[in-house]
Amino acid sequence: MSAHNSQAVERYRNDFLREVEERVEEGQWVKMCMQCGVCAGSCPFGPHWQHSPQKLFMMIRAGKRQEVLSSDSMWMCTSCYNCVVRCPRQLPITHIMHGLASYAHRLGLAPKSQPTREFATMFWNNLAKKGRVNELKLTLALYFKDGLVSGIKTALGMQSIGLGMVKAKRLNPMEILGGHGLKDLKGFHAIIAKAREIEDKKKGLVS
Amino acid sequence: MKASIATNQTILVVGGGIGGMTAALEAAECGKQVILVEKNPTLGGRTALLYRYFPKMCHPTCGLEINLRRLKGNRRLRVLTQAEVTEVSGRNGDYTVKLKLSPRYVNENCTACGECALAVSGQMPNPYDYGLSQIKLAYLPHAMAYPQRYVLDPAIIGTADAEKANSACKYGAIDLAMKEETIELKVGSVIWATGWKPYDAAKIQPYGYDRFANVITSVEFERLADPHGPTGGKLLRPSDGAPAKNIAFIQCAGSRDENHLRHCSRICCMASLKQTQYVREAYGDDCKSTIYYIDIRAIDRFEDFYRKVQQDPTVGFVKSKVARIAQNENGSLILHGVDTEGYHRYATEHDLVVLAIGMEPEANGIKLPDDIVVDSSGFIEGSKDGGQFGAGAAASPTDVNRSVQSATAAALRAIQVVHKTAAVEVA
Repeated sequence: MSAHNSQAVERYRNDFLREVEERVEEGQWVKMCMQCGVCAGSCPFGPHWQHSPQKLFMMIRAGKRQEVLSSDSMWMCTSCYNCVVRCPRQLPITHIMHGLASYAHRLGLAPKSQPTREFATMFWNNLAKKGRVNELKLTLALYFKDGLVSGIKTALGMQSIGLGMVKAKRLNPMEILGGHGLKDLKGFHAIIAKAREIEDKKKGLVS
Repeated sequence: MKASIATNQTILVVGGGIGGMTAALEAAECGKQVILVEKNPTLGGRTALLYRYFPKMCHPTCGLEINLRRLKGNRRLRVLTQAEVTEVSGRNGDYTVKLKLSPRYVNENCTACGECALAVSGQMPNPYDYGLSQIKLAYLPHAMAYPQRYVLDPAIIGTADAEKANSACKYGAIDLAMKEETIELKVGSVIWATGWKPYDAAKIQPYGYDRFANVITSVEFERLADPHGPTGGKLLRPSDGAPAKNIAFIQCAGSRDENHLRHCSRICCMASLKQTQYVREAYGDDCKSTIYYIDIRAIDRFEDFYRKVQQDPTVGFVKSKVARIAQNENGSLILHGVDTEGYHRYATEHDLVVLAIGMEPEANGIKLPDDIVVDSSGFIEGSKDGGQFGAGAAASPTDVNRSVQSATAAALRAIQVVHKTAAVEVA
């Protein structure tokens, strides 16, 4: 268990709803849910995940902290906004889903091998290094995330697309040697560090 | 109608539905001069278009009959149909009201024999069946119509049908030269009993009211059940006329929804519970009604009715707001959603879907006097100067019973206003 998680457990005890209200993006909306079920029925991914938004909101109110934060359901959200436009109470459900996912990630409770989480982490680390996404490295990292054999298989399968992109100057093979980035890298890293500090302070995640 | 009859001791009631009739009668029976104006050719409003009332399951004709008798016997009450208020000026105790009187093209000689309707051939969608049937351009709105006189629709004027109607009438009752008139009245107080209208169901996109023939509203279902309605009281599907024995009722269709009507319309739960009993009445045990709901709001004595319906084996309850409706090849509908009791995903087929449609103030979309205060849904609270009042379903979503209570309260307030005016004049 991460230090952040122990601190949160200590602080909120059994009041998970309050924890969500204070620390999760748009979490203050959770109490407005009237359990009508329109979000669950409107979700195109509905049949493929365990906890619908409606169910997650009820679990939050019931204090099922461990189950909610380790659920992989909110990671399945594709941001189609079907639930948001149909919700009779106008809850920003998509944003709450992302808020829950990112909070679970910060506490180290999100499911380890959840593909969305893996890719999001990969994308962020790639971007945060130089302030620009290195598409070649990101693509290769994604292909090889499940090991060498499957990586080579995927890479070969995507070969013609990759070559086409090189020809059309959409992909630069030289990016493998470090790649392009921002001019003031030091300044960029300082901005990111400061933003994280402010965000953590707002959420009470200062360790 | 002479303008001089009205004085600042007169109470004007706008709207001749059950609320307006009640307010007008209560005030008139207290000895006040009352003018009741109705924009349609008949009194009775939407109440006259119901098949039965909840919870006693009696017919609205009974209650309307009593009110019409009271009304016919009261000399202080004047009724103006096809009359619309276009302007209210002045202040508490001293208003000037402008009325637009549309021509009926039929005078007092009419005996409601119906010869004119037989003579004409032109038709229009019948507004008293919510457009589910056609009605002749010379028509009697419905069996309970008051005044019991035929009406010519303005579309008939200048056509051969108008002349046919004229020559078919044996009583000289048809007057094609009638013109629109504007009159002015002095009144002391105004009661707005302008009522409600069903929310536009087509705006609830996932339910496909505008795309699927067998998705109808609860007010249309009332017409299907009514022996005077388009199907002669048979519960038939609009698409193919097949008996609808497996019916879904969707609650909160428009109501309690920030994207549509933000208020609870209050009547719809009881209306759907009542309508399940129409289905049982029509088919006995050989039918199935399913109510999809967020929560059933059947308050105080209505709880008994809810319990009774719960015990009916032909009625099922699913705690879920339906997410969307799809149609299959035979016109049946598949309801998709997730229920709240166990979070089970369902896709259930029904012959017919009845949307328990929300109540919107009829006055939404017409211009009220500037002084009138409405709530966030458009229901009328009254005027700032304290001389005008909302009553019945114009003031809040009400069933017939509560509309009558609200109208009686509004009548008392209006009486107090004209009493004060009288006292000032005496002094």
